[in-house]
Amino acid sequence: MQRIGDAPRVRRILVISAVLLAALFLLLPLVAIFAQAFAQGVEVFWRNVSNHYTVRAIGLTLFITVLTIPVCLVFGVALAWLVTRFSFPGRRLLQTLIDIPFAVSPVVAGLVYLLLYGRNGWIGNWLDGYDIQLMFAWPGILMVTIFVTCPFVARELIPLMQAQGSRDEEAAVTLGASGWTLFRRVTLPNIRWALLYGVILTNARAVGEFGAVSVVSGAIRGQTNTLPLHLEQLYQDYNTVGAFSSAALLALIALLTLAAKASLEWRAARQEA
Amino acid sequence: MITLANITGSAPKRVLPGFGLSLGISLTFVSLMLLLPMTSLFGQLSGISLAEYWRIITDGRVVASYIVTIGAAAVAALVNAAFGLLLAWVLVRYDFPGKRLLDALMDLPFALPTAVAGITLATLYSSNGWMGRLLDPLGIQVAYTWVGIALAMAFTSIPFVVRTVQPVLEDLPNEVDEAALTLGASDATAFRRVILPHLWPALVTGTGLAFVRSLGEFGAIIFIAGNAPYETEITALMIFVRLQEYDYVGASAIASVVLAVSLALLLAINIWQGRFIKRLHGGRG
Amino acid sequence: MSIRLTNIAKTFGRTQALEPINLDIHDGELVGLLGPSGSGKTTLLRIIAGLEQADAKPAGRIQFGERDVTQVHVRDRRIGFVFQHYALFRHMTVFDNVAFGLTVMPRKERPSSGEIRARVHRLLEMVQLEDFAKRYPAQLSGGQQQRVSLARALALRPDVLLLDEPFGALDAKVRQELRRWLRHLHDELNFTSVFVTHDQEEALELSDRVVVMSNGRIEQIDTPEALYRAPANRFVFEFLGDVNRLEGDVRDGVLTCGDARLAVSELDDGREELLLRPHELKLADAPSDAAQLPVTVTSISPIGAEVRVELEADWLPAPWLATVRHADFERLAISRGQRLYAIPRRWHRFDDATAKPRQATAA
Repeated sequence: MQRIGDAPRVRRILVISAVLLAALFLLLPLVAIFAQAFAQGVEVFWRNVSNHYTVRAIGLTLFITVLTIPVCLVFGVALAWLVTRFSFPGRRLLQTLIDIPFAVSPVVAGLVYLLLYGRNGWIGNWLDGYDIQLMFAWPGILMVTIFVTCPFVARELIPLMQAQGSRDEEAAVTLGASGWTLFRRVTLPNIRWALLYGVILTNARAVGEFGAVSVVSGAIRGQTNTLPLHLEQLYQDYNTVGAFSSAALLALIALLTLAAKASLEWRAARQEA
Repeated sequence: MITLANITGSAPKRVLPGFGLSLGISLTFVSLMLLLPMTSLFGQLSGISLAEYWRIITDGRVVASYIVTIGAAAVAALVNAAFGLLLAWVLVRYDFPGKRLLDALMDLPFALPTAVAGITLATLYSSNGWMGRLLDPLGIQVAYTWVGIALAMAFTSIPFVVRTVQPVLEDLPNEVDEAALTLGASDATAFRRVILPHLWPALVTGTGLAFVRSLGEFGAIIFIAGNAPYETEITALMIFVRLQEYDYVGASAIASVVLAVSLALLLAINIWQGRFIKRLHGGRG
Repeated sequence: MSIRLTNIAKTFGRTQALEPINLDIHDGELVGLLGPSGSGKTTLLRIIAGLEQADAKPAGRIQFGERDVTQVHVRDRRIGFVFQHYALFRHMTVFDNVAFGLTVMPRKERPSSGEIRARVHRLLEMVQLEDFAKRYPAQLSGGQQQRVSLARALALRPDVLLLDEPFGALDAKVRQELRRWLRHLHDELNFTSVFVTHDQEEALELSDRVVVMSNGRIEQIDTPEALYRAPANRFVFEFLGDVNRLEGDVRDGVLTCGDARLAVSELDDGREELLLRPHELKLADAPSDAAQLPVTVTSISPIGAEVRVELEADWLPAPWLATVRHADFERLAISRGQRLYAIPRRWHRFDDATAKPRQATAA
């Protein structure tokens, strides 16, 4: 087999430059996070992580993530089912609309929620009459997190379900399956890995969202501080090791995400073979 | 006007179950979570005159932030186009130890929270950071300059290029290479005349997406930017600053510009891509 | 179970996939829907199944026996459907695939798991795959997968079996085998079957009756024999086999085309186009009284019991094909480049694409 760029010299130059650039550009920052976090030893790292405010920030972040995932999951599956299994006017439009969160700057996303649900917004104003405050509290953080993460599951599912077509479901219907049984026994096994990957991406983004959350959170230490906001405050306070201890936790989640993706892809490749 | 009733009511019986349910969930979600909040922007802006709107969005400091943001995003996108193409090529065409690790590493910027990336890059490139210490004696200042902004943008958006070019390159059949080589083309010529035209749509799409992402990026940039007015302030930060001053109208006006530009670019990319796909695959998109 | 379609039409957007169609299929019949792609045959099959809904106007009707199933959901129509590419559930074993329909029955009607196991094994035995119960679809050949999909469709004892291009994706030899096997199964179990195919040979070999379709219309419904002997129109004639064309001017009962002449006493003067089947052409050393059609042999390919000979001539815009028996082939010592005379035994003529045919037997 003869291919373009197969000459050993070309090959060596390209591989080495790619690896070097990637190491400098991507790997070095990753290493730096952990180096900074452990700069004063494991003990200091542990003290930083187990600090009251950090623990509260971790708790809030987990709480938000745990609530976000099921919402995104239900919405993603419903939307993917809708646009890949039925044809109806407006289908294309709907498919385009779910990309909005990807195109919108996180700060703008936070802003529009603040305008609507904040005390000056018409819904916020009305809720204020009942003494309900969504902004600068966890419900606001939850809402913007859902906003920025909602496309992930749908975006993983739609191309796959489109490619698979509805033949399997049609076959199941001719055999008498209906509703939930059909989805659980025929559709779900076909999409489970994409679904899982969508959830992993949702999780990564939900845990790490910064721009949108910083607009609506108010960043009250110990109350409305998520982990990314918390590390920002530490960094602004010149507590570098503290900031990087939190950063290391988030980077660890990112690494787990990458590992999960790699293993899912490996599984898919093996299934195809 | 499309209403729920005339979609579900007049449509013939559907073979697969769940149309009503999935339509209900999707429409409720899209209108409440996506569209309704967007309308608040226009609500906020309807209170001011066009002249006032124009004054806000053409304020000197804001215009300077447009220039910084667009300039840095353009540089980042171009760098990413070259770097992303190289990475995609190496990952698809060659086998070497550590290849799978490199492949996995490509998604790091998507998986890593932007604030983490931000403080890390700022620390690395500050004058006493690992990279800063190397670059400082050479007179290269990255942190707190627009170079730092472009660097942060490039970091967060590199996967767009790699991940759009990679599958296209993978699908390119071997015969394309062989045909070019049997016709006597040199490697460089064959790449430029045969391979690149195939990758072009994906490369432009990926670069375009990277550019759009860079325009809106916030968390990764603010730490390394220095945020000096007129010099290293990005537009997203301007929105944030206005908000902290409780100037909701000003924030909304600037946000509307960012939003309009992002959506217009995304639409343009989609249309352009659709046309290219039609040309390559004939008819059906 | 008989099937009766009355006034069934289907439009997709602005294109009419099916003109209003009437069709009667008798109990126990094996009927083939034959037509080129885009003729509406698969749409018709999917409408019978209930996978597609016929247009509301004109109001059509679908009956299975006495039962009106027009508004009945596909789930409740009691049909078995075999999909073009099998549509086996890849994550289930062969056994689970076949058992699927039984296991999703409402709890009250569902057979016991022991009975399900017995029934599935009986079905697998019938399709000769009893040893493959634990395998996954990906581990089977195409022909085996098709048999699993058939067993799966039959598990619920459907009134009607519908097959969409059942052998389309298989290679020629397996296809032949499966065809024979399906015919056998059909005769044994005696259900009503409808299958879609674009392969005329398959339709003619397998069906009791064939429904020939084009452009969303039924062109002819007949037994294979009648169809071949007496095609209703030019489309059917051309679709069912190779065709040679002869176009020329008729004057005083003789058709002339360049230096070719053919006696056609039945025809009036004017421009005419005649159609001839390859096996209706005889080759000879010399012209006959009725036919003087000089041709040159350009290619010879022996296929099975016959030899296919390609013929060209100045007066022919496109080459002709003739099939001759080996005995004649040897007697004439046909070789490439040889000049011979074609003598039609029979020819066909259609006024236009849909009108009634005229045929004549030449001398």
